[in-house]
Amino acid sequence: MSKEKSEYLIHRNDNQYEVVIGLEVHAQVLSQSKLFSTSATKFGAEPNTQVSLVDAAFPGMLPVINEFCVKQAIKTGIGLKAKINKRSVFDRKNYFYADLPQGYQISQFKDPIVGEGKVILDMPDGQKEVGIERLHLEQDAGKSIHDLDPKNTFVDLNRSGVALMEIVSKPDLRSPEEVNAYIKKLRSIMRYLGTCDGNMQEGSLRADVNVSVRKKGSKDFGTRCEIKNVNSIKFMQMAIEYEANRQVDLIEDGQSVDQETRLFDTKKNETRSMRSKEDAHDYRYFPDPDLLPLEVSDEFIDQLKSEIPELPDEKKKRFIDQFKLTPYEANIMVSDIETSNYFEDVVKKSDVKLATNWIIGELFAVLNEKNLEITDSPISAGNLSKLINLIKDGTISGKIAKTVFEQMMEGDKDPKKIVEEKGLKQESDPKALEALIDKVIDNNRDKATEYKSGKVKLFGFFVGQVMKVSGGKANPQLVNEILKKKL
Amino acid sequence: MSDITKQTLSELVNNIKEKKLSSLEVTKAFIDRSEKSKELNTYITEDFSNALDKAKKFDDNPNLDLKLPGIPMAVKDLFCTANLRTTAGSKILNNFIPTYESTVTQNIWNEGAILIGKLNCDEFAMGSSNETSFFGNVQNPIDKNLVPGGSSGGSSSALAAQLTPITIGTDTGGSIRQPASFTGTVGLKPTYGSCSRYGIVAFASSLDQAGPMAQNVEDCALLQEVISSYDQKDSTSIDFKRNQYSKELTKDIKGKTIGIPKEYRVDGMPKEIDDLWQKGIEYAKDCGAEIIDISLPHTNYALPTYYIVAPAEASSNLARYDGVKYGFRADGENLIDMYEKTRSEGFGAEVQRRIMIGTYVLSSGYYDAYYLKAQKVRKLIKNDFDEAYKKVDAILTPSTPSSAFKIGEKTNDPVSMYLNDIFTVPVNLAGLPGISIPAGHDVKGYPLGLQIIGKAFDEQNILNIAYAMEEKINFKNKITDWWIK
Repeated sequence: MSKEKSEYLIHRNDNQYEVVIGLEVHAQVLSQSKLFSTSATKFGAEPNTQVSLVDAAFPGMLPVINEFCVKQAIKTGIGLKAKINKRSVFDRKNYFYADLPQGYQISQFKDPIVGEGKVILDMPDGQKEVGIERLHLEQDAGKSIHDLDPKNTFVDLNRSGVALMEIVSKPDLRSPEEVNAYIKKLRSIMRYLGTCDGNMQEGSLRADVNVSVRKKGSKDFGTRCEIKNVNSIKFMQMAIEYEANRQVDLIEDGQSVDQETRLFDTKKNETRSMRSKEDAHDYRYFPDPDLLPLEVSDEFIDQLKSEIPELPDEKKKRFIDQFKLTPYEANIMVSDIETSNYFEDVVKKSDVKLATNWIIGELFAVLNEKNLEITDSPISAGNLSKLINLIKDGTISGKIAKTVFEQMMEGDKDPKKIVEEKGLKQESDPKALEALIDKVIDNNRDKATEYKSGKVKLFGFFVGQVMKVSGGKANPQLVNEILKKKL
Repeated sequence: MSDITKQTLSELVNNIKEKKLSSLEVTKAFIDRSEKSKELNTYITEDFSNALDKAKKFDDNPNLDLKLPGIPMAVKDLFCTANLRTTAGSKILNNFIPTYESTVTQNIWNEGAILIGKLNCDEFAMGSSNETSFFGNVQNPIDKNLVPGGSSGGSSSALAAQLTPITIGTDTGGSIRQPASFTGTVGLKPTYGSCSRYGIVAFASSLDQAGPMAQNVEDCALLQEVISSYDQKDSTSIDFKRNQYSKELTKDIKGKTIGIPKEYRVDGMPKEIDDLWQKGIEYAKDCGAEIIDISLPHTNYALPTYYIVAPAEASSNLARYDGVKYGFRADGENLIDMYEKTRSEGFGAEVQRRIMIGTYVLSSGYYDAYYLKAQKVRKLIKNDFDEAYKKVDAILTPSTPSSAFKIGEKTNDPVSMYLNDIFTVPVNLAGLPGISIPAGHDVKGYPLGLQIIGKAFDEQNILNIAYAMEEKINFKNKITDWWIK
């Protein structure tokens, strides 16, 4: 039975509109130094402390390509199952701005380093493939700071020249949810590869969002607007919803959508026109004569291929095959490299089924509540697997385990020690349990008689009494078995 | 020794090595003559007192194994020199003092030479007469009110006037060879990628190349040996085996084949240029070379191609001079206003013209018709040379279509000014080495030069041919010291 696709459509009057979205993601290359200079790239340094003569475009300074950044871009291309172009060209994108010291950005225009590829999204109603148009390397600009002084603008060039990968998707996305899944997947792949830290707060990942709408069933694309530089998934989704509805309103009103660049105002939750097509910059792209075309050999690419770790899609498949996870569970476990590493560490020494439930259930709940990443988990993978083993071998019950888990949160204590110290060990000795049960039956003779005469519901009452008397430590399974015999 | 400044570089080096002269004596002599030659306006920035200190220091502890031991030298003000103002002949860099040294000048100081000052040039090396410099015209020592050529006009003038024993220039379309030709000196534009561009104020990156200028071929070879190096700081620098050009210099060019391109016989070329060329052919034959007629069919397109490619690159290279980070800044109401005022006041007319041409040819809608087409033609021009070099070892042409002209004569006619580069520009477009040697005089007694163009990386060969021909030509510069009162 095939699941019905849940389409994201905008309804107006009697019309249904489909939203078409393409993303240009700017991902900062994870590297020690900049794309064409040796300055550091550390986030949050004092303004203008990571600036070389090249970054500040002093006369006679020349760019020299950072090979590591090239490797990172190619690795990312491999991760996107994309064509790696053995010859690519750096172009100059010319425009004037105070935080662009050269008066041009070195980018790749006609011949990018990476060509077409794809990203697979796991949506609730199945998988979806999103095409990658290209990935190219380019320099970041500096930062203009307008709010330090009423009259002057300050410029921080620390970011100037930092390597970015611009990853351009095909217009394959159809809803804010798909955009959410796409960004997360892209981020996940790059974090697996170690090519981008994906930190959106620090601006390591941001996107220009292209949005257009068309009547459902139409084959032609509508006129698109580009929403510049959105730096969180939530804002992207909000911007798309606002923008798509704005465009639908225009069309329903008999007007047309103007191709333009827009800004998303996060405070007012609306997009605003930045410049129209007529005012669009003429960037006067041309090949940078300071740089030779970038040529990489098959051996160079093969070497990088051999360095690619297992990526989320492959890992998911393995988790399903090897650990018998459901696709849903596998998706969660591979969503980021740290979670998958944690999971694999736990199941190395403990039961997979229990481990899966405990990680997805208890652990994630606590991490969410405390707003922690898995790398900051107060419970180490080693101790979680010990806890699971205590459940598995019957030392403690699942219920007691929750109490132990809570105490482990206090500071990654060894669950065995907690169980010992607090005397939480489960009573699994049949003789001891029999004595306990005999006592309970003795104390409730009347109810035992009622039970025997057919009031089977009372069985639960007896279990409860045994557990109460044992202080919750009686092995529930054994209690059940023995009670059945005795009653 | 009163005639120190008349000595060639090799004589000076020998005299210093043999301790017949001290660095201080030599440095002082060139500085004294420079002081007396202010009328030529060759210097933008003098560094005389530092130079004398350096000379004293050299003499205190002389390293005579160096190639340029204690030799004073002024350089074109397009080379960034650490802690000494570097202007590129422009108001926009009037106050700019680099903290860094260009690779080419560093190579020179590493061999013991001493900087005495920065020489005038056309603004951002854009010009053929040194008249676009913010720092004023330079006089050609050959005659009063005569241009010294450009853009390395300060260099050629200072060299010919013996204010510096050798010098360096840069050549984007002829800026070493044309001024050398106008002043009766020797100038070499090396193969593109031979000398690092690091620290040289950029004009047109794919064409710019630094090169030596000297009184004779031997000195030129020695200086080329010093400045040429592979440099990882310049991505277009080429790692090839560099000759010991001065040591390997030979006059034996017997059997070398020299091509004469028929397309260089341009309309309206003065007869004396044609005669000079003929004489050059005879000299080459006398040296034992074989002369072969060749064709470089796309020569006609070289100048228009150059005047698309060079301004395009320049328009982008000069975008960094925006008043934000360094150099001249004019106050403005806002950022755009500041840009407009800074660049309108900071750049001269010729630079502005080329920025506008360059911006135009790169604009979307015009890019294919101009820039892209020019790149294709550039390839054809290069192919012409490749074809020719299947038959010949070198090519002989005049350096310029005329001798030096008067200051102001062509300032209102940019096209006629651009035509000056007609024989030199194809060499830059093809990235080849070319050398201009003085070969005769016109009726006014002004020097005329011949150009020898070589295969890529074949500097040794054209230096050898020039060396052999130099002896036959036996050129003597006619300089009267008219400017010294």
